[in-house]
Amino acid sequence: MLTSPEALLAIAGMLAVTFAIKASGLLLANRLPQTGFIAAWLRHIPGAVLASLIAPAIATGGPAEALAAAATALVFIITRNLFAAMATGVLAVFLLRMALGA
Amino acid sequence: MQNPAAPAWTPDHFFAGARACIPVAISVAAYGVVWGVLAKQAGLSLLEVVLMSGLVFAGSAQFVALDLWTATPSTLPIGPIILATLIVNLRYLLLTATMRPLVRPGTEQRSAAAMWLLSDENWAMTVGEMAKGRGSIAFLVGGGVTVWCAWMVATVFGRLIGSAIDDPTKYGLDFAFTATFLALLLGMWKGKADLLPWLVAALVAIISARLIPGSWYIPAGGIAGSLAGAIAERRRGYAH
Repeated sequence: MLTSPEALLAIAGMLAVTFAIKASGLLLANRLPQTGFIAAWLRHIPGAVLASLIAPAIATGGPAEALAAAATALVFIITRNLFAAMATGVLAVFLLRMALGA
Repeated sequence: MQNPAAPAWTPDHFFAGARACIPVAISVAAYGVVWGVLAKQAGLSLLEVVLMSGLVFAGSAQFVALDLWTATPSTLPIGPIILATLIVNLRYLLLTATMRPLVRPGTEQRSAAAMWLLSDENWAMTVGEMAKGRGSIAFLVGGGVTVWCAWMVATVFGRLIGSAIDDPTKYGLDFAFTATFLALLLGMWKGKADLLPWLVAALVAIISARLIPGSWYIPAGGIAGSLAGAIAERRRGYAH
């Protein structure tokens, strides 16, 4: 099975909406409201979306995931290094799952 | 308004961005392998993996798409997949808007096209450069090329070895996505005003994930959290 028209349509649609959003952010930057409620709301979207993306994975995991998340946060706050934080998180979750037998 | 003082496109900036993003590209590769393995389990063909990773190039949306994907084309929920992509990627509207000061007069369209290569990771690196008074579209694109290559190679690799590592959780690799996005989130911290929207978003997402099937917890948490942040700002009486 190579692919199907349905799959191609889905991927084309994903590409179209993703690129439209990315390009219009730059093009409309000066027309987006700079003050007021809508501006404040827009400003909080990226952080809120990222928090929603990761929170269930941390919450539904066990102590291994919670501790690994804490280690990731700690390393990032100290080093400001994305890679060091990620590597710590993966290593911590790997070791903790072995240690805790989860 | 374009910024006449924005740095011109130079190969130096491009390669500086490409080099600077090598460490974050390794993070991307780690959860890229996981995505590839899950893509095989969800029934994506190798060609579909190449097309989706290469063209859509949006890790978080691609993870969400896998939740909805079906191996049989006739049951593929095309509309919901595109809608979920739209909602998860809405944040890029704000991320690319912050790149506006880097646009030189007359390069508006080229710069808009270049936003295709913006990912959370090279965006974060470029914002870091801007804070030091540097940063350019060339830097962003250079970083984007590095991240794109890592994403492409890793997702294809994951798809190919999909059957060999049937369980990425064994190696903790499934946590690479969570850890990377947690670090990206912490990098967005600007002050105490961020705490409430993030907590509301996290809480609503956790509750929605339990109650509603699919990926609706992401828009639910995202909308609730961002609204909470905006309402809190208005109540404190400064909306800037």
